[in-house]
Order: sequence, then C-alpha cells, then structure tokens
Amino acid sequence: MNAAPWIILFSPLIAVFVIVLITERAKKLSSYISVAAIAISFVFTLGVFAGPDGSAGITWIDLGSFKVTIGYLINDLTRLMLLVVTGVGLLIHIYSIGYMSHDKGRSRYFAGLSLFTFSMLGIVLSNNFIMMFIFWELVGVSSYLLIGHWFYRPAPPDAANKAFLATRIGDFGFMLGILLVWLGSGTVSFDELSRHWQTIGLNQVYMTVAALLIFCGAIGKSAQFPLHVWLPDAMEGPTPVSALIHAATMVAAGVFMLARTFFLFQNSLTALTVVLWIGLLTSLLAALMATQQDDIKRILAYSTLSQLGLMISAVGLGVPQAGMFHLFTHACFKALLFLGAGSVIHSLHDEQNIWQMGGLRSKMPITFWTFLAGTLALIACPPFAGFWSKDAILASASNNIPAFIVIALITFLTAYYMSRLFVVAFLGEPRTDKAKHAHESPPVMTGPLILLAIPSCILGFPAIASIFIKVPEHEGSAAGAVTVSLLAFAAGLLAGFFLYRGKNKDEIDIPLFEHKFYIDEFYAGLIKWTQDLLAKISGFIDRWVIDGGIVRGLGGVTWGLGFVLRFLQIGNLQAYAFLFGAGVVLLIYFILFGAK
Amino acid sequence: MVTLNDYLIASGLLFTIGFAGVLLRRNIIIIFMALELMLNAANLSLIGFSRYNVHNNLPDYNGQVLVFFIITVAAAEVTVGLAIIVALFRARQTTHVEDINTLKF
Repeated sequence: MNAAPWIILFSPLIAVFVIVLITERAKKLSSYISVAAIAISFVFTLGVFAGPDGSAGITWIDLGSFKVTIGYLINDLTRLMLLVVTGVGLLIHIYSIGYMSHDKGRSRYFAGLSLFTFSMLGIVLSNNFIMMFIFWELVGVSSYLLIGHWFYRPAPPDAANKAFLATRIGDFGFMLGILLVWLGSGTVSFDELSRHWQTIGLNQVYMTVAALLIFCGAIGKSAQFPLHVWLPDAMEGPTPVSALIHAATMVAAGVFMLARTFFLFQNSLTALTVVLWIGLLTSLLAALMATQQDDIKRILAYSTLSQLGLMISAVGLGVPQAGMFHLFTHACFKALLFLGAGSVIHSLHDEQNIWQMGGLRSKMPITFWTFLAGTLALIACPPFAGFWSKDAILASASNNIPAFIVIALITFLTAYYMSRLFVVAFLGEPRTDKAKHAHESPPVMTGPLILLAIPSCILGFPAIASIFIKVPEHEGSAAGAVTVSLLAFAAGLLAGFFLYRGKNKDEIDIPLFEHKFYIDEFYAGLIKWTQDLLAKISGFIDRWVIDGGIVRGLGGVTWGLGFVLRFLQIGNLQAYAFLFGAGVVLLIYFILFGAK
Repeated sequence: MVTLNDYLIASGLLFTIGFAGVLLRRNIIIIFMALELMLNAANLSLIGFSRYNVHNNLPDYNGQVLVFFIITVAAAEVTVGLAIIVALFRARQTTHVEDINTLKF
C-alpha cells in the first residue's frame, strides 16, 4: 500500500491533536505546527501528483451486503483537488500567521484550520460514499468552528449556526441519496458504482431521484439556491477562513463531489437539467445581489456564489471537466481576492465598507497589483486564468441557447460589480482617515498574495492548464463563444468603470438587489410562521389534551369518585357489618345460582 | 340417627344468632361475644364435615386440626380485642357503638 495518501491525510490531524493537547498555550508554536503539517501534506501531494493512479483501503464495516472501506482513490480528479487544497491551503496558512498575529485565540484558530484541512483532504481522497459523507460532515463542523471563531461578538455565532443548519438540510438529502444508491446497487464504492451503475438496469425515475438527492448535498455545501443564504453570512469568520473554506475549497467540494459522482447524472437528462438551472439561477441571482453590496467581503462572497453556480451549471451541461477547470482557476484567484481584501481590512483596522476606502494604490502597492490580477482573472479578462475556464463553460453551453445567454449575462454582471468594487475601493482619493493612513501588510501576508497572483495570471493557458487537468475540447462555435464572452466582459468593465469613477457614494439604488431579493426575510418569515403555527398547535394540545384531558381529567375523576363514595362512610360499625354480611349473602347467591 | 345435615343446621343457627347479635346489640362486649359465637359455628361445621368424611374407617382429622388452630387464634384474637376495648373505654368512657362513630367522612 502506498503510504503517501495516508501521510497527506493524517498530517493535519496530528497537528490538531498536538495543538489542542500540548501546545495550546504557545501560540506562535501552534501556528508553526499547523503550517508545517500542511506543508508536509503539500510535499507528498507533489509526489502523488507525479505518481500513478491507485486505490487501496482497509475494510471498516463488513455486514455482509453492506461493506464500507476507509481508503483512497487517486485519479486525475483527486490529484487536481489535492493540489488545490494543499497548495492554496498552505499559502493561506502562511498568510494567517500574519493576519491573526494579534488574535488571542490563535491556537484554536490554527487547530480549526488543520482540522478543516484534514476533513477536506478526507473528502478528496475517499473512495466511497460513506467515508465521503463522514468527512463531508467533519468539514461542516470545522467550518462552524472557524466561522464562529470570534464567538464573543454577536454576529459570528449566529452566522456559524446558520451555516451549519443550512448545510445540514442539504446533507440530509445527500444521506438519503446515498441510501438510495446503496439500495439500488448494493455498494457505496465509487469505483464499482462508476462501472456498474448504468448497467444495473434500475428504473429511470429511481436513478433520477437518487442523483437529485445526491445533488442536494452539493446544494447545501456549495451554497446553491435555495440554500445559498449561509455563505454571505459566513464572512463573519476571519478573512483567511473565508478565503480557504468559503471561496477556494469547501464550497467547491460540492462541485468536486458532482464531478466524482458524475456517473449518477450521466444518463438522466432531467437530473442534468435541474443541476444546470439551479446553477444558473444561483449564479444570476448572486451576481445581481453583488452589484449592490457595500461590504468588500460580501461582494466577494456573492461573487463566489455566482462562480460556484457557473461550475455547477457546467456539470449540468454534461461537461464536469469544464466545471473542475473553473474550480481550479477560481480557487487561485478567489483565494487571492479574499486575501487581498483581508490585507486591506487588516491595514484599515477592520474597515470592510468599500465606501470608506479609496486611493490605496500608492499606499499598498503589492496588495493593489495582486488584487488587480485577481480581479482581471475573475472577470474573465484575457489572458488571465478566469478567461479560459469561463470560456470553456460558455463554449460547452453553445448548444443550449438559453443557458448561453444567461452565462453571457453573468459574465457581464461579474465584470460590472468587480470593476465597481475595484474602482471604489482602490482608485480615486482616500475617503477617510483610516484609508489615508493605510500601510502595506507584512511580507508574510504579501508573499502568499504574490504566489497566488502568478497562477491567477498564467494558469489558464492551455499549455499550462493541461499539466493539471484535461482541458475540455471546444465543440462547434468556439469563436462565437469567445466573441460573446469578450463583448460581455468589455461592456461590464466599461459600465462599472465609468459609472463609479470618482464617486463618493452609490448613486444607483436597487433595494431588491441590496436586500438579496428578500430571501433571508422570506425564510425568517417562513420559519416564524411555521414555528408560530406549530407552537399554537402544541399549545392547544398541551393545554386541552394533556393538561385538561389527561392530568386534570384523571385527577377530576378520582376526586369525583371519592366525593361520591365518601357518603358510604357513615361511621356506624354495625352498618358496616350489615353491608359486609349482605355482600357475602349476595356472593353466595351468585355462586350457587348465578353461574348458570 | 344424627346426620351431617343436623350438624350443619345447628351450625347455621348458631352462626345466624351470632350475626344477629353483631348487628343488633349495642354493647361492644356483647358484640364481641357474638363474634366468638360465629367462630364456634364455623368450628362446629368443620367438626361435622370431619366426622362424616370417613376414609378407611377413620374420620378426616384435617378438619379437627384446623379447629384447634382456630381456637388458638381466637384466643389470641380475644386478648387483642379485649385490650382494644379496654383502651377504647379508657379513652371514651363508653362501650356503646353509637358513641364510637368518628371513623367517617
């Protein structure tokens, strides 16, 4: 058995135990242990990346027809994802040393980060549904811990709860989906399923339902409509966490899972269509919401939602490679954007409103230029990385005209809101004292920015990308797709640039977008309504059935019976004796004559 | 010829007299005596059954042994009962059941 995958997986877990049990007080040491652990994982990942495909495992549960192994499955998909998780993760770990340098809970933070890395690597390596599900939940737990890192503030614990509960809803569907897959096929191993699932001869409807339930897991974890509400709130966590978990890796786990289990969707047109339109709807709604946000991290969060929607829709179009390609480039440039935003927030003393920034170009040159690279990659400016991967998705939609139009619209909106963000936050004059006194972040933070900016610039070129992933072939009108994508990009860029250049406040006010289509309010109302109704019903049952009927009814009956019977207690000894005697006579009568 | 029925009739009469005494007399000591009469009525019927239930030319002694037990227990019961009556008399200065009627609602 190859030891490398196990070392990759368990090195962060060991770091968690060491930090929690031994070095909790030594904060600096804890952070170095965590970084060292992921560095080890990264080095071995490079080895695995160069190595062959493989799969191995030990049997964990064997109940006859139900067999679960703990094992790894290495193929192109695993290698790519391992590289993203450990590579981007390593840079974010290093960045965290600088970003969290004043935080009292640093050891806890790094333990959480390592726990997350362990869980995420578990998802990537797992070779069956059950193991994936376990790590899937572990990722949720570590995400919960990290969002709620600043638990003494009011907002983060709520956001952590919201994230955990919203993803749980999706995970419930995921679990049912796994059960259906197992019931249908008798196995949970990806390897066997991918070979046999289509040939078992299951009912088409059954297969579609199973696929859609599995997709529910991705809806929750990758924050797709209608469970997308948790992701923007998750920005309450520390910024490196937002970069690692809520932009680069965990939220991409849904896309990865869909690519891994694509064999479930392959032959079901209904399932693919649902996946496609959920993805596009999420993407479009999120892009519209992003145009009216003022918090730099929230804009990036909505942009993440929008890009995740695009990846999901690529799976729905039947080209998961395009989705994985976009996931790969997105992980780099979105992590870069979040870390850049973190650098700005850090130097502006926790200021997150873009209208309080401005004129950062000369104050923070490294952050400025790297953020620019990330922005250009995100808005699909050629030849940056995002251009190629978004183009791959657009090209695979060229046979589906409605989807093609929506993706082009999203491209336009992305360019628009990102240039708005960039123009307002970085260009022009400083609007506040905080922005006037901004200063560049320390090298431990700018280093990862530079290291992430490089792949954001060059990763898309087919020659480089093909090292990591099989770049999907364009079919048909590739030139048309490129033209449309460029037009949409240019229009969005110009609109965003000229509408917001030199402005000090947002003159465009669309409350519907600003309030996120009132979906949060709708959910709050819905939950309030259902809870009120439930409370009323339970209250009625408690008051009238439990209290009135059973408790007071039983008491009342006993009391009434006693009330009636106490009149028989006359206190006369001889009367009692007479009644007794009469009773005996009656008994004798019944025994002798009543039995017939 | 004295038959089992004669014994049983005598026992029944005795029992009825005892029961009537318990119901009708007012003095608690008389009631107590009537109770003893009822016990003895039961004893008499037991003896009668025993005498007429013959196996191998021998009467069934189980009934007679049971009668001895009843006499013994009755003696013990009389001591307890009389002790209670004495205690009652000390507390209430009466042996009439109409005056002892507070055990009620």
